[in-house]
Amino acid sequence: MQIFGLWVAAFFTLGIISFLYKDNPWYKVCESIFVGISAGYWFVTLFWDNIYSLFYLGVAERGNYSLYVGAVLGLMMLLRLIPQIGWISRWPLAFVVGATAGLYIINYFASNIMVQVENTLTPLFADAFNQPTFSASVYNSIGNIVVAVGTFTGLVYFFFSKEHKGFMGGMAKIGIWTIMITFGASFGYTVMSRMSLLIGRMDFIFGDWLQLIK
Amino acid sequence: MKRDMLIYSAILIIALLLYFAVPKPIAFSPTVSYIVIVLIAVALIYIFIRTIQGKYVGRRIVFLFVGIAVVLPFFMTVTQPIRLSPEVKMVYDAIMKLKPGSKVLASFDYDPPSAPELQPMAETFFRLCIERDLKVIIMGLWPQGPQQAEMALRKTMTFPEAASKNYKYGVDYVNLGFQTGNEFVIQRMGSDFKSMFPNDYYGTPYDSLPLVRNVKNFSNIDYSFNLSAGYPGTVEWVQVAVDRYGLQMGTGNTAVQATSMYPYLRAGQLIGLLGGLNGAAEFEKACNKLGKGTKFMVSQSFSHVIVIAFIIIGNAAFFLGEKKKREKE
Amino acid sequence: MRREIPLIITAVVGIFFVLQYFIPHPPFNQLNGWFSDWFSIIGACAIWLGALNLIRISADKIYRRREDWGYAIIIIISFLLITIIGFWEGNAFRDSGTGFDWLYRFIYTPLSATMFALLAFFVASASYRAFRARNLEATLLLLAAFFVMLGRVPVGDALAGIFHVPESILPSSIATWIMNFINTAGQRAILIGIALGIVSTSLRIILGIERSYLGGE
Repeated sequence: MQIFGLWVAAFFTLGIISFLYKDNPWYKVCESIFVGISAGYWFVTLFWDNIYSLFYLGVAERGNYSLYVGAVLGLMMLLRLIPQIGWISRWPLAFVVGATAGLYIINYFASNIMVQVENTLTPLFADAFNQPTFSASVYNSIGNIVVAVGTFTGLVYFFFSKEHKGFMGGMAKIGIWTIMITFGASFGYTVMSRMSLLIGRMDFIFGDWLQLIK
Repeated sequence: MKRDMLIYSAILIIALLLYFAVPKPIAFSPTVSYIVIVLIAVALIYIFIRTIQGKYVGRRIVFLFVGIAVVLPFFMTVTQPIRLSPEVKMVYDAIMKLKPGSKVLASFDYDPPSAPELQPMAETFFRLCIERDLKVIIMGLWPQGPQQAEMALRKTMTFPEAASKNYKYGVDYVNLGFQTGNEFVIQRMGSDFKSMFPNDYYGTPYDSLPLVRNVKNFSNIDYSFNLSAGYPGTVEWVQVAVDRYGLQMGTGNTAVQATSMYPYLRAGQLIGLLGGLNGAAEFEKACNKLGKGTKFMVSQSFSHVIVIAFIIIGNAAFFLGEKKKREKE
Repeated sequence: MRREIPLIITAVVGIFFVLQYFIPHPPFNQLNGWFSDWFSIIGACAIWLGALNLIRISADKIYRRREDWGYAIIIIISFLLITIIGFWEGNAFRDSGTGFDWLYRFIYTPLSATMFALLAFFVASASYRAFRARNLEATLLLLAAFFVMLGRVPVGDALAGIFHVPESILPSSIATWIMNFINTAGQRAILIGIALGIVSTSLRIILGIERSYLGGE
């Protein structure tokens, strides 16, 4: 079964790779199987992990009857499949949107604004406020300046309510340079990531399947 | 259609030949490896000359070079020194500081497409935890995550040093499985793990598992390691578990996502970061447990060099073209 | 009824989740638990909805004999195959050696992983054809990418070693510096900018100013 499985996996791997040559029936078959299998995967996993384990056992074994409300809201969501009464799905949708919005206000404000701003407003030439001036290494001091200036000017660049001219324009210019270097780094990491995924698949083909790699 | 069938048959024949006729395994000697490298370099110079003459090579040629850059290094005997970056060392140091018996929460928030980057990290992490006698609680915010964890554990147990430890399910490690709800799952775990995971991955009730029976919430966790490929993942863990409940957390991310984790790292919200396959290789080096991360680094290096070469070729052609245009004007 | 009740639900639930942060005590913590459970169940049903909708669309395609309807049959068959096996095998469907596990390892994994691996080829092709140092900004982007790509793999330092480059300016050192400082600054500016956007949009949703999520009618 293991060897048969490897051949099946190789068939599908090569099928997807065949897209590099051109869009062809082999690729399309693989693509369709991928769509069906992944939809089915989610369907089954969510049934056992959520509907069965959380809801059914929650009510039947743990007596948590509040879960019925969740189940009703869930059913209302599924009613979207019936166009005539599909509008009912807005209720659970409203619940999800409201909950997410409420949670995001706090989470993003606390972690992505407060903590980040606090960590940017730090001494430039010392590692902490209680340390003497120039106690930080030159490497760290330059780094601190880059982070403070880069963050501030980057934010100036995103501030569109005032025209980017004069002093504001100069700041925005430094901001865009910082952001461009950031995007360059992101591009480098993206290349790294994509290559890693390909390496993984090629390792499967030449290693696991063909066993040509030592 | 006829042409397609011909190509499919050719692929099948090549596959059968490689499978049955080629002696296994293939390994190039250092001399052959260097000859191959020189040949690739010559081919790139040829492309460079053609490109500056205004004849851009087709995309399939670029694809071919990428394929060669990734595959050929598998057979080469080339070693490269790997340098540790500070963010990787932080993860290693944080784990090494834990006393034997400490509880580590490992959230597997990724699926197979990201496995080449994150699976080597997972395997090294398990090997280190087993060596240090740490208790691991596995879970996932992605449905495929706990299944990837199982695969990593199975692989880890093939290493003699891990197999000899007699690491027992339920006592030394548990897999709580997956639950929907993204950050809401983390938030609920802040007050009660059991409410989100009433049964583990295998359907065993939470209270029947000796390892987690007394684990109520994050306050019972000594360190957390998150393997993340997107949403929900490290960002949500930082926002809820770290900033709200004070969990100590390190993370391993796909390279695509790793760049956006640096602000959290600098702010101390993350204790260490492994970024992409390179992060995995560095982590293997730090732990002195060589694995797929290190093995794949040669291919990774070659593929980066090929992309850089193509960028240089493209830009050289662009600037020479611009110069010619100016001269004409 | 069709719009007012959803708006009220959004406002009440949204305000509740803001309040529960400040009052993590009864009855808020109890309600928080309930709401999180409900959220989880609705989330599962939403994904079910997606899967069922896919099947409905595919069935419709077959029924009307639309272009490529044959592939829709494959979608339905593969969906049914994994679903039937997954339900048949019961709660232990993912255990090693089950049919579901086999499908995961030998069909789902190679298909999904290869689909994403293809991007490696396209990113290289795009780098060759489109990544140009046309102006100062693009040059900065290109240089950063160059140092990060070279510095994050061992070959960068190995090549620099041939020319006896000092350790402080080895590609790996430069890449580490870029990542830890300039990248941190840029990412932080983006992070704060996005967070401000999310907070303001969330407020608009809770206050009922932003209603687009309710759709038309």
